[in-house]
Amino acid sequence: MSGSSAMASEAGPLTSAADPASMPSATGASNEVKTVEVDSHTINFGPQHPAAHGVLRLILEMKGEMVERADPHIGLLHRGTEKLIEYKTYLQAMPYMDRLDYVSPMCMEHSWVLAVERLLRIENDVPERARVIRTMFAELTRILNHLLNVTTYALDCGAITPALWGFEQREHLLEFYEAAGGSHYHVNYFRPGGVSRDLPTDLPGRISGWCDQFPKFLDDLEGLLTNNRIFKQRTVDIGIMTAEMAMEWGFSGPCLRASGVPWDLRKSQPYEIYEQLDFEIPVGRQGDCYDRYLVRMMEMRQSLSMVKQCLARLKPGPIKILDNKIVPPKRGEMKRSMESLIHHFKLYTEGFHVPEGTTYTVTEAPKGEYGMYLVADGTNRPYRCKVRAPGYAHLQAMEVLSKGHMLADAVAIIGSLDIVFGEIDR
Amino acid sequence: MGENAILAELGEAVQAALPGGRTDIERGAELVLTLPREGLVAAMLRLRDEFHFEQLMDLCGTDWPNRPLRFEVVYNLLSLSRNRRIRVVVATDAATPVPSIASVWPCATWYEREAWDMYGIVFEGQTDLRRLLTDYGFEGHPLRKDFPLTGHVEVRYDEERKQVVYEPVKLQQDFRNFDFLSPWEGMTSLPGDEKVHLNRIEESKA
Repeated sequence: MSGSSAMASEAGPLTSAADPASMPSATGASNEVKTVEVDSHTINFGPQHPAAHGVLRLILEMKGEMVERADPHIGLLHRGTEKLIEYKTYLQAMPYMDRLDYVSPMCMEHSWVLAVERLLRIENDVPERARVIRTMFAELTRILNHLLNVTTYALDCGAITPALWGFEQREHLLEFYEAAGGSHYHVNYFRPGGVSRDLPTDLPGRISGWCDQFPKFLDDLEGLLTNNRIFKQRTVDIGIMTAEMAMEWGFSGPCLRASGVPWDLRKSQPYEIYEQLDFEIPVGRQGDCYDRYLVRMMEMRQSLSMVKQCLARLKPGPIKILDNKIVPPKRGEMKRSMESLIHHFKLYTEGFHVPEGTTYTVTEAPKGEYGMYLVADGTNRPYRCKVRAPGYAHLQAMEVLSKGHMLADAVAIIGSLDIVFGEIDR
Repeated sequence: MGENAILAELGEAVQAALPGGRTDIERGAELVLTLPREGLVAAMLRLRDEFHFEQLMDLCGTDWPNRPLRFEVVYNLLSLSRNRRIRVVVATDAATPVPSIASVWPCATWYEREAWDMYGIVFEGQTDLRRLLTDYGFEGHPLRKDFPLTGHVEVRYDEERKQVVYEPVKLQQDFRNFDFLSPWEGMTSLPGDEKVHLNRIEESKA
């Protein structure tokens, strides 16, 4: 038995992912032998496994081909972000945010800047153009995230083409990131009080051009997957989460909506300019892996429409607040004004002080409710910063989701939960 | 203003329903409820069932070394049906356990494990209080304020022993922690400048 378990751990998920038809024959063979004793064995899934989406070590207790218990061991990517931030100024803490959920960097920055703005009590002073830019990039980031999730999820289920197509689209989006913030991934673009710099003049036009071709791509992608027989066999009725269970397990975002709960922070507790935007919330019915896929696909169309609405609202104007105690002065002013020079020096050595206070600020990140519990003690550094990562709650439900399913289904479930270890391990 | 009144009303109702509870409204926007450790599970059940806070979104520890009860456990609850949030704060110290609320919300398990891992807060009734985020065999509770940022051990691959070894941290340069409490704004009198400062106080009184 130990020999067969070793084989299953090495080749199980991969071969079955490529060829689901091989699974029934394997169980059928064991039925013929009529072994009465069902030996449970333990499989070490990961930490280095292509379907583990990062460094997940999943201890699977198997009863034959069925998952009996699943115990995720996380923390292999733990970098102590929360501890490090306690030793940085509020501005220096920004880049750590990009590295949390590295698939949707700007959405990670979003909660942070909103939390700091609340504590500084400047949340109503942020100029309109900055709000529009932040909302637009949050939605572009949502597309960026869902593109990665949907396509690699399909890859886990045996489809290669979506990943190849999706990554081309992602590349366009990352070019917009680079044009705005100077970097493909870790842009560090948002700032408490606005954004770090204005968009290049040609960028809105480029984004608008991209928007025109994207629906065609989404149609193609849906053509590959939505009615694909193999994909549906792998995902329909797999990993079902009822609405009650989803609430108990702290689900949020697309995973909660796929279970039939119409809950979206952009609608129910709007921030930035979401109140003015016209969009719908796609909701699933079954709460299975397939519904989670469908919700994400539909969300991409909604996000696309929001990006277009933001482009239409993009009017010239300031992109950050004018208070030089919080945002640095313009480079040109620093050449002329002593006070600006002092402000600049003070901001980049000491940073700004945030008045005493506590906030739990949330945004609707692509994966769900991304919360920032921030305690300020009146100094220039956060006293405590807790990141509430949506994927953390989702991964915890891995056991209830995968119990009684095949090993290969566990792979599909992980893919459908949209797990990224940057935010889970922190 | 309407929002504030609704929060105040909810706060009063919660305070009346839960003995020993005290509510605050932080910055006019966030409802905070301070609860005693005793009867926490019953209070949480009432918050869930009577006040419709269906979801536990977050649970975390906070360390205040100067307080007699140095740890705070913070629960962020969300009501989907009423669209409300509440923050529940419970104080404890390293020796006293806090009742586990995993029976109320199963998702509390990982959050409680994390709080144990990071702060050493013990949760009574939690059957699975293993470490979660730190390394296998890790010692200490890293988010405590008295735990050094650099940690105690570092890891490297030993070519001779052909394995990963743990060694005490060796810093090439002492850890630097700058005091940025500004003498320009924070400090009221510079050395030798006390008289100016005294004059300033008198001026402001006049």
